[in-house]
Parts: sequence; structure tokens; C-alpha cells
Amino acid sequence: MSGTVALTKKDFISDQEVRWCPGCGDYAILASVQGVFPELGIPKENFVVVSGIGCSSRFPYYMNTFGFHSIHGRAPAVATGIKIANPGLSVWIATGDGDALSIGGNHIIHLMRRNVDVKVLLFNNRIYGLTKGQYSPTSEVGKKTKSTPYGSVDRPFNPLAVAIGAGSTFVARSVDVYAPHLKQVLLATAKHTGTAFVEIYQNCNIFNDGAFESVREKEHREENLLHLENGQPLLFGKAKDKGIRMAGPFTPEVVSLGNGVTEKDLVVHDEKAPVAYAFMLAQMDAPSFPVPIGVLRNVQAPVLDAAMSEQIAQVTAKKGPGDLKALIYGGETWDVV
Amino acid sequence: METVSSTTKSKEPVETLSRVVIRFAGDSGDGMQLTGTQFTATAAAIGNDLATFPDYPAEIRAPAGTLPGVSGFQVNFSSEDIFTPGDAPDVLVAMNPAALKANVRDLKPNGILIVNTDAFRETDLAKAGYQKNPLEDGSLAAYRLHEVDITRLTRAALKDTGLPQRVQDRCKNFFALGMMYYLYHRPMDVSLAWIGEKFGKKPELAEANKLALKGGYAFCEATEVFQVTYEVPKAQLAPGTYRNISGNQALALGFVAAAHQSNRPLFLGSYPITPASDILHELSQYKNFGVVTFQAEDEIAAIGAALGASFAGDIGLTTTSGPGMALKMEFIGLAIMVELPLVIVDIQRGGPSTGLPTKTEQADLMQALYGRPSEAPCIVIAARSSADCFSTAYEAVRLATKHMTPVILLSDGYIANGAEPWKLPRVEDLPAIPVTFRTSPDGFLPYMREPQTLARPWAIPGTPGLEHRIGGIEKAEGTGNVSYEPANHEKMIHLRAEKVERVALDIPPAEVDGDSDGLLVLGWGSTYGAITGAVRRARAEGRRVGHLHLRYLNPMPSNLGEVLSRYERVLIPEMNLGQLAFVIRGKFLLDVVPLNKVQGQPFKESEILGRIAELAPAKEGARA
Repeated sequence: MSGTVALTKKDFISDQEVRWCPGCGDYAILASVQGVFPELGIPKENFVVVSGIGCSSRFPYYMNTFGFHSIHGRAPAVATGIKIANPGLSVWIATGDGDALSIGGNHIIHLMRRNVDVKVLLFNNRIYGLTKGQYSPTSEVGKKTKSTPYGSVDRPFNPLAVAIGAGSTFVARSVDVYAPHLKQVLLATAKHTGTAFVEIYQNCNIFNDGAFESVREKEHREENLLHLENGQPLLFGKAKDKGIRMAGPFTPEVVSLGNGVTEKDLVVHDEKAPVAYAFMLAQMDAPSFPVPIGVLRNVQAPVLDAAMSEQIAQVTAKKGPGDLKALIYGGETWDVV
Repeated sequence: METVSSTTKSKEPVETLSRVVIRFAGDSGDGMQLTGTQFTATAAAIGNDLATFPDYPAEIRAPAGTLPGVSGFQVNFSSEDIFTPGDAPDVLVAMNPAALKANVRDLKPNGILIVNTDAFRETDLAKAGYQKNPLEDGSLAAYRLHEVDITRLTRAALKDTGLPQRVQDRCKNFFALGMMYYLYHRPMDVSLAWIGEKFGKKPELAEANKLALKGGYAFCEATEVFQVTYEVPKAQLAPGTYRNISGNQALALGFVAAAHQSNRPLFLGSYPITPASDILHELSQYKNFGVVTFQAEDEIAAIGAALGASFAGDIGLTTTSGPGMALKMEFIGLAIMVELPLVIVDIQRGGPSTGLPTKTEQADLMQALYGRPSEAPCIVIAARSSADCFSTAYEAVRLATKHMTPVILLSDGYIANGAEPWKLPRVEDLPAIPVTFRTSPDGFLPYMREPQTLARPWAIPGTPGLEHRIGGIEKAEGTGNVSYEPANHEKMIHLRAEKVERVALDIPPAEVDGDSDGLLVLGWGSTYGAITGAVRRARAEGRRVGHLHLRYLNPMPSNLGEVLSRYERVLIPEMNLGQLAFVIRGKFLLDVVPLNKVQGQPFKESEILGRIAELAPAKEGARA
């Protein structure tokens, strides 16, 4: 078993040439995932990477694991079947904003509602890349694209709010090129039992370049990012001199430390707080607020695939293993001689 | 109703009949399906051959007493071989005016008509759209009308129970059943035992229903409702153990058996849809057989999960009807592309769109054969009767796993809900379904092929050294890597087609029942019963007719062209506008004669016989 041999990043690089546009944020995400998988203590053959359609969905081809590039929006369905059939597998979905939130919206919410033990990496670039530049369900109002020459009038989804609303037990966010942060989030994701939903801000340098510039660019990003750390106050800024305080019930405000404001006045992050708190965090966005990254929510709930296996075991224990003859000859029978 | 002999062993003269068709009709809250199934269970216990057909409305509870709320159940029971629930009823039990109005035109002339007069008040008549009371205006003169105040008689039978009248009235279906048991000399023990078991926890209801059943019987005994009563002796069925089974139940059992014999768990991904939901209900009970039932958020997720489970090594199955089938098509294309086993069951219903959800049709053949983008052939097979659903399901799993490709199994509302006696197979005789997963990484390529079948290896996640990627983008032969190479694409299109074509080497040749020249009646699916009955009658009239019924619609048996060429004419009856006829014309350049019916109702034997008679004249001096 390869599980007994220490795995390295190289073990997860497939022999296929990676074909995203030069400069695409997907490269960075791929490198991070390939870097994290060997650290999880899971035998290589037990990983399955599933995807739908879109730029992000080419992901499985580049991972040297079992992989299934399915059809547009439907990766959650395929992943659910795989995981129920073999709960021992580590199943990951690579998806995008169009794939997961537009055509696959129904599947992604039900995946999270059921709490199937599957990890979802949603690469959000706020654009349709593979079809060459139409607005997506996360594109901002007013966005000019090939399909909205006068600006989009469609209100966007907030992916984290969707995940929280759908009952996801683990909700996190990171940024494609912020490798150390993405690594920490991926490790936490892997550790979670149940559906884990991770939004990864990803730059499409061809059709939506600079969409996340303020949180990607190394020099200034710390001024604009709010690192969520469980049990720690909501502090941000390069000098950690600003924070989030409650102005009223679920009404956050940005405050600067000093002048009588101390860390004690700030909200302390709690991954297990009532869901309304996570929902509040999900709503915080630039320019009024720093962008929260890290784990917003991390709670435990019954997991579908485990519950289904358990039920089969319980019924089998009660009724005994199925006897085919008794089944076929069950009901009211009669003999003709 | 065919008279065999008469005797006088009860107070009325007793006639012996070879077969009888009864239709129970009432409001959907009147319990007519239950009455019908009870009559059927007793007929089975007596040893009659039988076939049943429930005909119920799409609405759960349409307004009481109205035409859309009418629910019917037809049972054909016989001392001879029968193949259908019967063309026209000999007896109609109508519990209200709406039931009468909706069904009386089907009743045979001089047929027995029993009506519950208590439900013929002016308001009841108005709800059914009767201007005048049909019991009084002479419009029923063609029938042997028996007016019985069933509701009041039931109340009288239950007067000592102390139950509220509302509850008493719900027992009137058993009163009607008791009358039928008297009329046809049936014992009541099967139904009495069933009532006892069903209402075991509510003894007062058990008692009430038993009283109603006995009351109906006793009423006929004490009065002179019927001038004559009837016997239908038991049939000469092949020796064996039988049970009465509906098509959907038989499918469920067939899939459980196939998964069991292949030593793999069965994974059903399904979304509720009429008339396929019963397969989901049935399979959800068999957890101790390792059966997983996943009720998905929609039709697409249902098949997607089934395909995912197949990838992981389960027997993937999804069940639906026409509208759901349309939604699954993209996934069927993916299954063809990734070459994984998968069974897709389509219980066809009247369409297009929502159409007639509770009525039957065979109009999804083209959808099954050609309903996908691009060149995407897959195996298509069809069940021909309720009991045949068992072996058809079994065959679907065998073909899917051996040939590593999806199989579409077509059934329809008629045989899905209809029931017939099923001669139970010996478990020891069920063929093994060997499933082997690839385990060795030596020389492994995801798209390498078994030379005979062209099947690719089934290499499931969790197998060390076999990590590979599959997906919907065109594959390079062998490696399975993404390939946009023009010549490779053409090669793969041909390979996928040939893989399915080669299944023809793995199926039995077409066999004809009846004459080997003259007229061939070619059918598929649930028309089997009506065609068989019609062809037998035609041959008894001295006509030269053969019957060929296709289970395998893609690929078709290799000898089909040769068989077709032996006949002067080929008649194809179908519950669509000629879909198989179109395919046969295209494949064999044969000018076949279509016979089409799209009324949401199955063919009657007489409808097919009529067309046979026009195409195949009776020879002079033949047995008439």
C-alpha cells in the first residue's frame, strides 16, 4: 500500500500538461492542493477528485489520484454517489462560481444540507472563463461583459452566505496566491467530517483581471483582510491595529485600537457560534469592511454517508443478511402441482 | 365470458365459465384498488390464471364523486392461459354515477352491471354530469342491471359495531367484494385472513370489514339478486410455486437478485415520479441485502449519484419515467463516454411533457435509442410483461457489468402497475453475474479493452496503483487521456458503437411463436399479452401468423433481418405513432405495417386481431 510510504507533492502531479492560461490563479491552487494532500496521512489511492465543467473543473486531470470530470454543475451528485458507495474514500470537488452556483445550484445546496462528507473547493473568479467572458452569478451589478455590454443588472450570490444558509457544517475562505493561508485552510478542510465548503478567490487574468487585487497583492492585502482565528479577537491591518466591534445586535463596525478602544471591545471569533454570527461575517465585504478569510464556521452534525451505512448495518443486524430465496418466495405464494 | 357447462349446485343455476373479466370502479376514496387486489388474491389461491390492470387518477383525491376522481381495477381470471387483463369487462361494479359514466361504455353488451343506488342522489348525479338518472331513463337497457343499496346494506350489517357511520361507510367496498365472491363461488378465507392481519392493531375495524364482506355474501345468498351464479375452475398452469406480482415489484426483485448474484451492492439513485416510484419504495425495504436507496434532489442528481456509485464499484441504477428520462440524457451520454456500467429504467407513461402520468404509452423508444447529443448508442432492452420484468432487470445488470456500458430498460405504466402470476425461479438456477475489478497496475491503461467485448477495465477508487482520470472529454484510445485528435475521435465514435453492436453476440437469437411464414406480428414491450392473445386466436381461425417479440431493441438480435424476410407482411402494433416501425424500416428497408394506439390505454386483443384479419386471410377449410 502506498499509504505506508511517505508521500510527496510529486506523487500527486499527473503526467498531463496543465493547460490553464498563463498567469491563471488556478495554478497556485493546484500547487497548494498537491502540497497538502501528501500531508493528510491518506493513501493516495483513496483520494477522488470530482469536478463539473469550467476552467476549475479541469482540476482532476492534473491530480494523480482517481478523478472524475463529470458534467456541468453535477459534481456534487457524482461525489455523493462515490462517497456513499465507499465512505472510506476522501472525496474532493473542484468547482467554480458558474458550475456550483448557477447550473449546479440545486446540487450544491443539497450536498451541504445532507452533510455528505465531501470537500468542496469553489474557485470564485466572478466570471465565466471557459466560455470566454460572460458574467457569472457572483459578478457584481453593473459588470460589463460579453453578455452584458451595458452592465449586468443581475444581483450576485454571496457564496459563503449560500453555504451557511444551506446548512454547511464547515465554511471557509481563502485566496489563490496566499499560499500559507490556503494551506492552513485546506488542512482544516481535510480534518472536517461532513461537507466542507471553501471559497477560494481566484484571479482570471484574461476575462476578469484584478477582481481581487486588494486581497491578493502582497504589499497591501493585510490592510484589507480579516484573518479569522478561533478564540481570537477580530483584529486586522498589517499592524493589527484595527478590529471589529458590535455596534448593535449583529451590526459590526470597524474600529481603530487606542483612544480607549482595546482588544477586549472586539468580537472574539467562534467557529461554533450560532449560525447568525457566521452569516454576519459572510456579509462583511470591501470597501466597508475587511474581507474575512479563514474558517467562518466549523460544527459537527450527522453525516449522510455514515448514517446510510449505519442504517444498513442496523437493519441487517435486526433482520439478518438478506436471503434471496426468502425474498423471491415471500408474499402470498401458491403451488401448482 | 365463455360458457363451458351448467349445473345447479346452489339455489341458482351455476354456469361454468372459462374466463371472466370484472372491473371494480368507484371514487378514489372508495377502496377499489383494494377490492380488486383482494379478488385477485383469492383467484390466485384458487389457481386461476389471471392478469390485472389498475386504472387510477393522477390526482390524489379529486373532488369526491367527480369523473376525474374515478379509480378502477380490472381483473381477468381464467381456467385457461391468459395474457392480458381482458378487452371488455363482463362485470362492472360501479360505486357511484361518475364510476358508471366513466366505465359503462366498456362493458360487454348484456354484461352484469352492479350499481350502488345509495350513491345516485341528485347531487351525486350532478357531480358526474348526468342530467337524468341513468338508472331510470332506460339508457342501461343493454346490460343486466342490478341495483343494490350497498351503503345502507353495509350500515345494516355493521349496526351493532357502534362505529361512526363515516367509518361504517368505508367498509362498503368489502360488501361489494362479498357479492362478487358469492357470484363466482369464491371462498372468503383469503380476504378474511388478510383483513385480520391488516387491521390487527385495530380489532374493531377488522371486525367491521369482515362483517361487511360476509354481509355482501349473505345478502346474495338470502335474496335473489342474481338469477345465475358462475364458477371459473382453476387453470392448468405449469407446475411450480407462483406469486402474483406487478412489474415494478418484479423489477425491484430482479435488481436485488442480480446485485446479490454479482456480489456487489445495489445503489439506486432516484427521484419520485409516477409510475416509477414504486421501485424506489420497494427497494428501500431491502437494506439487509446491502441495497442503498438515495432519494436525490432531482432526476439529474439521481443518475449522477448512481454513476458515481458505479465508478466506486456498486451496481448503479436509476429509475424514472419519460420526463425524468429527458433530464437524465446528458448523464447517460457521460456514462457512455466513461464506459461504466449503469442501468436506467424508464417506466413510460403518456406524454409529451406531464402528459398522462398514470396512463400507459410506449412512446419513449426513440428517446431511449437516439435521445442524446452526438453518436451515443447504448444497450436498450424492454420488458414484455409484469413477471418478465424480473428477468429483464437481471439481464440489464448482466449486460451493463459485462460490457461496461449503460443499459436502458423500458417498461411502461401498464405492466408496471398491472400484475400477473409469476412462476418463481429457483435461486440455484439464477446465472452468476461475475464482476471482476482490475487490481493489477501492471500494464494498466484505463481505456485498454477486452478483445471480445471491447469492455474497458473497471478500476475502482481505493485500488493502489490504478489512479486514473475519467470524464466527458474525448478520450485517447488506451490511455484515456484527453484527446482532440481528429482521427482518434472518429476511431472512438466507431469503437463505442461497435462495443454496443457486439452485444448482439451475447444475446439469444430472435424466435418466432407461431407460423414461420405469412404475416409476422412484431412487437416490443407491454404489447406482448395482447399480441399473443390475438395471434393465438387468429391462428385458431386458420390464419398464418407468427409473433416475434423483441426484448433487445439495441442491438437487435443478429438473425432479425433473416427472420423478417421470411414473411409476406410485417405488422407492428405499438402504443406510439410507429417508432419501432420507423426503426425497422430504416434498418431493413422493409415496408412494415404500423398499428398505432395512443389513448393511454393498452391494446385490446380484438384491436390487434382485427388488423391481423385484414392482413392475413383465413385459409379455406381451416379451423374456424
